[in-house]
Amino acid sequence: MNKREFLKDAILFFPAAATLQALAPAAEGKAEPAKTPADYDATKHWYGMGIDVDKCIGCNRCVEACKAENDVPDEPFFFRTWIERYQIHENGETRVECISTRAALPEQAPPEDPTVVRTFFVPKLCNQCAHPPCVQVCPVGATFQTQDGVVLVDEKRCIGCRYCIQACPYGARYLNPRTKTADKCTFCYHRVTEGLLPACVEVCPTEARIFGDLKGKADRLVRFHRVNQISVLKPDLNTEPKVLYAQLDGEVR
Amino acid sequence: MSGAIPDSLNEQLSHQLSQVVGFIYPNEVETQWAILIVVYPYLTGIVAGAFILASLVKVFNVVEVQPIYRLALLTALSFMLVAGMPLQLHLGHPERAYEIFFTPQPTSAMAMFGFVYLWYLLGILLIEIWFEYRHQLVLMAQQSRGLLRGIYGALSLYSKDVSPEALAFDHKASKLITIVGIPSAFLLHGYVGFIFGSVKANPWWGSVLMPIVFLMSAIVSGIAMVMFLYILLSLVRNEKLDMRCLDKIGLFLLVAIIVDFTLEALDYIHRLYQSEESIGILTQLVSSKLFLSLVVVQLLLGMLLPLLILVLVRSVRFNEELRKLLYFTTSLLILVGIFSMRWNVVIGGQLYSKSLRGLMAYKMEITGIESLLTALALLALPFIILTVLFRLLPPRWMESHAPAAAN
Ligand code: SF4
Ligand code: SF4
Repeated sequence: MNKREFLKDAILFFPAAATLQALAPAAEGKAEPAKTPADYDATKHWYGMGIDVDKCIGCNRCVEACKAENDVPDEPFFFRTWIERYQIHENGETRVECISTRAALPEQAPPEDPTVVRTFFVPKLCNQCAHPPCVQVCPVGATFQTQDGVVLVDEKRCIGCRYCIQACPYGARYLNPRTKTADKCTFCYHRVTEGLLPACVEVCPTEARIFGDLKGKADRLVRFHRVNQISVLKPDLNTEPKVLYAQLDGEVR
Repeated sequence: MSGAIPDSLNEQLSHQLSQVVGFIYPNEVETQWAILIVVYPYLTGIVAGAFILASLVKVFNVVEVQPIYRLALLTALSFMLVAGMPLQLHLGHPERAYEIFFTPQPTSAMAMFGFVYLWYLLGILLIEIWFEYRHQLVLMAQQSRGLLRGIYGALSLYSKDVSPEALAFDHKASKLITIVGIPSAFLLHGYVGFIFGSVKANPWWGSVLMPIVFLMSAIVSGIAMVMFLYILLSLVRNEKLDMRCLDKIGLFLLVAIIVDFTLEALDYIHRLYQSEESIGILTQLVSSKLFLSLVVVQLLLGMLLPLLILVLVRSVRFNEELRKLLYFTTSLLILVGIFSMRWNVVIGGQLYSKSLRGLMAYKMEITGIESLLTALALLALPFIILTVLFRLLPPRWMESHAPAAAN
């Protein structure tokens, strides 16, 4: 091949490449915004959830309500929310168990273990991080953050690569075996945009879960934030969770 | 929604759940990235490594390795053509994979990898091979008839010019592409390392050293693969090996292993010394679940033993036959060792809970998409492609067919 031939080919090749490139941004659209009522203004809200650890009695009703509300598979490998039980022993040892994976809650309370000095329950769910690593890694933008601060997955767009599941530090995501797409807690987005509470919040008998709007003035969550000492999970990862825990033990990760 | 999940998945997950030690987050029972994602960086690594070995000839004029130049290029191409398949196959929605190219998310390491992959395949490898083979293709088209003539004519893109100036241009062009190709190869595999290294949620992965460790191990595996193929081909075809060439490859391999070893050791020492929150569970991981695959296979058999053999070969005067045997053994050990390394990174990173309180299990499926059989098929495919490429583009054709003046 001589120079002229090469140049000729190059002239053919590069415009083709450029055209492709020009097409790309045109095709690039953000994930479809979730369906919301016509009069709903997402910019006016910034949702979060408060968890009062001392109030949770580990009844697991929120988990069941969530599974029913959101079609989460029944099998004990898929959860949008779950409950962890922590037992601190005399010798300082901590034992943790996820009580939501049990087939059924035991009929009778297990015999008291005298070496346990303290027991508490911690509800877990997607933290709806303000700075979410799951959104950062999604190769196609199927995982996205809404203007009101909820992280959602567009199941029509998700290619099921599972990168977001790896990137979430809290184990909040799973691959839904039915849709073959990533799935996780949405704060019951379909309910809250209608002015309802998330299913888990609604069924909680002790009001251990407080749902609210951090932009709201007289909001319950804002008040919860003001009167309690608040912690978030794994703050060192800088994910800025919007699930706020009160009375959280340092053992909880 | 009970019964919504396939029985095989239910069985696998139930088994994995029964193997859990300590506490894990409930969604962590499922191994998200399984055997196919082990195969993927293994294949890409061989591409990058083989290309870098080839580039030594073009860019650094290491004449001794000239005999394996074309072998290395064709090896890189064969593995490259397969490298994307495991990724594609493991997707929940493979039919949407094109979205990565049309609506990529710029912040995603995985999205950008798609472009790096395409660039490397179309922008570097194919063009380099084309320039390298153009002269031969023109001659082959002239000397064959019928369908073959058409094929070779098309492959040469109907160029006919074999004047000395044209050949000189080919040469220059291929050198230029190699020069661009080296950083591209680095990028290709460094990027694969970044896909893992950038996951801050997972302390086993999240390390700045990850891309460079991946890169060095890629070079090691690529050189080992070319060495393995070179010896194997000479056995199959009963041809004499160029021992000078083999010794030189052995030397590069030795250097690469030393650098690779140093980097990996640095990574471990750093982790141990920094002793962060995760160190307890990671130590437990390495001493239990990963002991065989990491300490025994990756480190002892896949790294230290080959290192020892290569040092011996250089310091003791073995005869040719023994050297050949030792090189062959070394290359095999390394290829297994690096596969183990990929396993330890990918699967290892999913065997401990992000709660840092427990260990999970992974039970590999034998059949199905994400299974042992698929993995084996994907590992065998490059060799089949390579055989075809060898038929189509015999690397040593010019020696016997070209007019004497052409060389
Ligand atoms: S908790 Fe996990 S899934 Fe939820 S927003 Fe944060 S990183 Fe994403
Ligand atoms: S699994 Fe879906 S949502 Fe998650 S990173 Fe991949 S494409 Fe995005």
